[in-house]
Amino acid sequence: MILGAGTAGTMMLNKLEAELSKDEWHITIVDQFETHYYQPGFLFIPFGIYTKRDVMKPKREFFPPGVDVIFSGIDLIEPDSNRVKLSNGKTLNYDFLIVATGSKVNPGETEGLTGEFWQKNIFDFYTIEGACNLSHFLKYWEGGKMVLNIIEMPIKCPVAPLEFVFLADWWFTEQGIRDKVDIEFVTPLPGAFTKPKASQIFGDFLEKKNIRLIPEFNTGRVDGERKKIISWDEKEIDYDLLVTIPTNMGDSVIERSGMGDELNFIPTDPFTLQSKAHENVFVIGDATDLPSSKAGSVAHFQADILFENILSAMDNRPLRAKFDGHANCYIESGFGKGILIDFNYDTEPLPGKFPLPGVGPFSLLEETKMNHYGKMMFRWMYWNLLLKGAELPIESQMMMAGKRV
Amino acid sequence: MSTREIAGQTIDLTDEGFMTDYTQWNKEIAEILAKEEGIESLTDRHYEVMEFMRKEYEENGTAPSIRKLNKLNVVPTKELYQLFPGGPAKKAAKIAGLTKPQGCI
Repeated sequence: MILGAGTAGTMMLNKLEAELSKDEWHITIVDQFETHYYQPGFLFIPFGIYTKRDVMKPKREFFPPGVDVIFSGIDLIEPDSNRVKLSNGKTLNYDFLIVATGSKVNPGETEGLTGEFWQKNIFDFYTIEGACNLSHFLKYWEGGKMVLNIIEMPIKCPVAPLEFVFLADWWFTEQGIRDKVDIEFVTPLPGAFTKPKASQIFGDFLEKKNIRLIPEFNTGRVDGERKKIISWDEKEIDYDLLVTIPTNMGDSVIERSGMGDELNFIPTDPFTLQSKAHENVFVIGDATDLPSSKAGSVAHFQADILFENILSAMDNRPLRAKFDGHANCYIESGFGKGILIDFNYDTEPLPGKFPLPGVGPFSLLEETKMNHYGKMMFRWMYWNLLLKGAELPIESQMMMAGKRV
Repeated sequence: MSTREIAGQTIDLTDEGFMTDYTQWNKEIAEILAKEEGIESLTDRHYEVMEFMRKEYEENGTAPSIRKLNKLNVVPTKELYQLFPGGPAKKAAKIAGLTKPQGCI
């Protein structure tokens, strides 16, 4: 049984369905929503590059025929009894469970964020509603101070906030109002990014683009009336437009089922992707508590590993495949250019070249037009190859080839 | 990695000044480390929080997050920032003799 038909769950469904014998195995997938959103595309909506239509398709298009699809919420997972209770009243048993329930933003976790100014001059762009509302707001905004604020880590796609301010710099330039807009990037991290080398290079990009970096700011509350974000230690930053990345948390069913940590992420073996608490429960994508990025590329690399390990577990064999924390992110940097980073648990993003058979090489940690094309091409790959579980010309383990140490 | 004489005892430290062996810790060491972090004296409340963190560390091998301390009603986030001004997660771990809390990607 697979819980969640997002990026990770859909990939696992397609891979397993193609491999498992129909006489021996029956696959069920459960999800509460019928629409699949291409989440990397949300970033482009505020700037009118994509519309809502560009990022949505019916989930059914990605389900192979013959699998049991149930559209329902999930009330409770009972891993000690190998049972899942659905909101539609049904109870289902499983032999193996893959939890792919993802992570989502919870603006309600921060005092004052969801008050009367939410979606008025305070927006998120991690939801389709937020991205569309922000698009409308930006269209008519005449300038002022825009603050991009990360409430707390970890967040989904940790490079997206950087991409947002890079694109905003470009967009306001295009609109002819860049001189009327101050952009601030406010983060709880000590620098622009989580890893030292990349953090420094991104810091330089921010400076070059005249975006002010305010590190180590831990947002405690928002005062919408006075248009200020206030840190736990009472520092204040004012804004006219607040674009916030709210606290990211795993699904509430994980909390209800007592399977998660304080952010509802499931303690998971970082290498085998087996749940730490239950042998026949596996976890993939944003639902895990792994110290890897919460991103589609990571879920994709994990899917290759989990596929092998699930097959081993079904045969009662040791789990041999090991996930290395590999992430590969195209970062849109504005003005038709992009930056690429490639890293894993042990190797931070490094400069150099990234070989990709047939298309590459791409430049790492450098701004190029080629990286921008890589980013834009990815949407096609996502819909047509990735979700369907097809092989992509990229290894699930990170390679050192081309990287400068 | 380095060692240091402190309160008549030798302790092992990382380059960033975090103790690598939490069993070498005692209250005298804590008082000295606290002063170096700009906290003049440690109150019972400081110790209450640190004792909880040490217990968690012993059980899980990692210091609890700020959010966990808040959620388990050990200490509200606001108060934690007052007790350990600056970066409470790192500072409290350092003074409590624990390794640096895991960052995230």
